[in-house]
Amino acid sequence: MPRLKSAADLETRRKEILARRDPKKPCVTICSGTGCHAYGSEKVAQTFMAEIGKNGLKEKVDIRRTGCHGYCERGTIVVIFPQEICYLRVKPEDVPEIIETTLVKGEVVERLLYEGEDAQKIIHEGDIPFYKHQSRIVFGPNRFIDPKNIEDYIARGGYAALAKVLSGMTPEAVLAEVKKANLRGRGGGGFPAGMKWETTRNAPGEPKYVIVNADEGDPGAYMDRSLLEGNPHSVLEGLTIGAYAIGASQGFVYVRQEYPLAVENLYAALEQARDYGLLGENILGSGFNFEVTVHRGAGAFVSGESSALMTAIEGRVGEPRPKYIRTAISGIWGKPSNLNNVETWATVPLIIDKGADWFNGIGTKGSKGTKIFSLVGKVNNTGLVEVPMGMTLREIIYDIGGGIPQGKKFKAVQTGGPSGGVIPEKLIDTPVDFDELNKVGSMMGSGGMIVMDEDNCMVDVARYFLNFLSEESCGQCVPCREGIYQMLKILNRICAGEGRSGDIELLEELAEVVRDASLCALGATAPNPVLSTIKYFRNEYQAHVKEKRCPAGVCKELISYYIDPEKCQACLLCLRNCPVEAISGGKNLIHVIDQGKCTKCGACFEVCPSRFGAVVKLSGVPVPEPVAAGTEVKRKTRGEK
Amino acid sequence: MSKLSLTIDNQKVTTEEGTSILEAARSAGIDIPTLCYHEKLAPRGACRLCLVEITKGKKKRLVTSCVYLAEEGLKVETESEPVVKIRKMLLELMLAGSPGVKAIQDYARRYGITRSRFDVEPDFCILCGLCVRYCHEVKGKNAIGFVGRGSQRKVMFFPDIAAEECPKCGECFPLCPTGVIPSNYALAKLPHFSYDNIRL
Ligand SMILES: Cc1cc2nc3c(=O)[nH]c(=O)nc-3n(C[C@H](O)[C@H](O)[C@H](O)COP(=O)(O)O)c2cc1C
Ligand code: SF4
Ligand code: FES
Ligand code: FES
Repeated sequence: MPRLKSAADLETRRKEILARRDPKKPCVTICSGTGCHAYGSEKVAQTFMAEIGKNGLKEKVDIRRTGCHGYCERGTIVVIFPQEICYLRVKPEDVPEIIETTLVKGEVVERLLYEGEDAQKIIHEGDIPFYKHQSRIVFGPNRFIDPKNIEDYIARGGYAALAKVLSGMTPEAVLAEVKKANLRGRGGGGFPAGMKWETTRNAPGEPKYVIVNADEGDPGAYMDRSLLEGNPHSVLEGLTIGAYAIGASQGFVYVRQEYPLAVENLYAALEQARDYGLLGENILGSGFNFEVTVHRGAGAFVSGESSALMTAIEGRVGEPRPKYIRTAISGIWGKPSNLNNVETWATVPLIIDKGADWFNGIGTKGSKGTKIFSLVGKVNNTGLVEVPMGMTLREIIYDIGGGIPQGKKFKAVQTGGPSGGVIPEKLIDTPVDFDELNKVGSMMGSGGMIVMDEDNCMVDVARYFLNFLSEESCGQCVPCREGIYQMLKILNRICAGEGRSGDIELLEELAEVVRDASLCALGATAPNPVLSTIKYFRNEYQAHVKEKRCPAGVCKELISYYIDPEKCQACLLCLRNCPVEAISGGKNLIHVIDQGKCTKCGACFEVCPSRFGAVVKLSGVPVPEPVAAGTEVKRKTRGEK
Repeated sequence: MSKLSLTIDNQKVTTEEGTSILEAARSAGIDIPTLCYHEKLAPRGACRLCLVEITKGKKKRLVTSCVYLAEEGLKVETESEPVVKIRKMLLELMLAGSPGVKAIQDYARRYGITRSRFDVEPDFCILCGLCVRYCHEVKGKNAIGFVGRGSQRKVMFFPDIAAEECPKCGECFPLCPTGVIPSNYALAKLPHFSYDNIRL
């Protein structure tokens, strides 16, 4: 493969690729992201290959494995172009029918389509409500591109931004454009990228470094992984543009070891970029040299913190450093080092390509562009969603997420990852915007979004996150190590019904010290889950502490299961399902739970038929005396309620 | 080295560029509590007891004085209200973890803390890291180090290196504010005993 020697070369190559490709030729794209892979996408892809051969369609149909489409829960996703017919939950056994019906006859396989409200079928991916309300400018290309094939990226105009920069823009002009775009970091703090670039550019010391932060340690978040897996060249292109603007010739990608596909696709992308002359010496004949080294980190949450990450790249233990000089000035080996998040870098080529004004046209006053969120929890549609800044939480949860399942009531949404905060129902019209989210006691973080309904206990939620943070704190500084540990212990005892008066106030007092005195941002933000749940759900804390009651019925030590003798129909279901044989009774005999034996697994509650509703969850009230053993049931007669 | 002057607790202090606030304060006889500072070692900012409040222009900020370098014209308060509030809480936390350590008891007394509101789970080591850093930075050995993260973090001798180095050194023993290192060292040596010599 001859190297590209100029911007014009790149454009010629792109035209060649397009000329080779017939836009009318059917192309079957099979999502091969980590989510779909877990559903067996590789088997689906292989079945397509084999079956297409058998049908003599080999020359007539293209097959492409792509990155994540974001709607992973419906995997494996197969989209057939040019019509953009989207099939969900495709299994290998569906493949022959797809070939026969769609590729041979040109019809759709109804049963594999998305089914909307009133059983209406939707053919095109873009018309599915989950996608319809998104603006997928950064994440969208994933679904068209085979991440292992640089030609797919180039065909869609990839590396044109780099060519534009290297063939006609000064580093200062690039920097000015990114500053004008008001691009803020997508990895946590929302710091203006252009300002950070400028700091590193102007800092004394050579060489300078540029770094991609792909540590992504938030539980449940996988936007950076999916972007790096699905479209690695967009990240590399952004990084190279940044290196040019900053004056760096060496870059690093810090990626967690636990992301094998991201690592694999990244290596493949680096090799191809080098072969094409888009990386290495004399890129596109411009005289600009840039190399990238991959650093695989052994996934610790704290290693994503900038000073910890840079220490790890130096080959030492990845723990935060107590420095008051920014890494942008003194980072890796004391040299100026500019660190940005995966998504931040991937946004850069778009800004260069379309201009800062275009970018400024999307979003709010203080937050421009789009943001990718990982929408999970109690919502009908979970997955990765990309929306313009300023969209409200309500729109994301209801329009894209399809609302709360099973008719339950929305309670709160947790944003910003483990050290973010919860936002209650009354603030659901808050727009996603760095500053607005901070104002309500949460944060953008890297884009985690966990939806909670009436069955979530807010004290338990705080405890869950503090437990994570207590394990992930590096443990070097006292407020974070001891403070989080003590907050967790207090939360544990509140959930166990052993809360003492004064505990809530002690939590607040301690939380403030942990926030103000910790060495790094892990400790400084760790109290958010505690402070925000107390702020918005203080009564729930009080119920636990004072009444020993868990209003959501979650905290095991505070609930009891009880069978209402008036309602029990002696159907034996609960009795048979109880794993510890705590339920006595028999045919025609009222069932009774032995409270001493009950482990509160809730199996009886789950299996009791809803038309009886005999098993109830009690909290904060004593369990009524059981009926005498051997009492017969009162049968419901027909028509009686 | 050029000179600079700053104000610490309303007192004008002159010092050399590159000096930390803590060192500048100490040279002027102002005592800031510390548990993880040692003049031979790079500051680690671990205990956070040395936090002070600085004012630059209109902005106030809390910084660890062992790390933050003195600046011309800087205004420093070592016992301001937020600082004292934080120190008290840190001492309460440390009292819960290491109630028997004299250095902590002394500071607690200085700040009027008589008991901790947290459940006590006594240990000796306060994880200041003086021994670990001394071994690494001054001796260039790593006979002792941190293992584990978060609340599980511990200081351990690494037997292979310790067996070789420690018998002829032991310089970290007196640095330990808790005095627990010698006994940890004795424990670390246990694997080298032979059970054959023990009569049961
Ligand atoms: C404990 C901790 C973990 C972090 N983890 C990540 C991470 O996984 N990915 C990331 O991009 N930033 C992470 N950050 C934020 C980084 O320190 C840094 O601000 C960011 O990578 C800068 O890039 P940006 O300006 O493009 O957001 C973390 C910060 C802290 C304190
Ligand atoms: S705040 Fe927590 S994670 Fe950060 S240095 Fe201190 S102990 Fe380590
Ligand atoms: S992996 Fe296929 S949609 Fe996410
Ligand atoms: S002495 Fe400064 S943090 Fe411990």
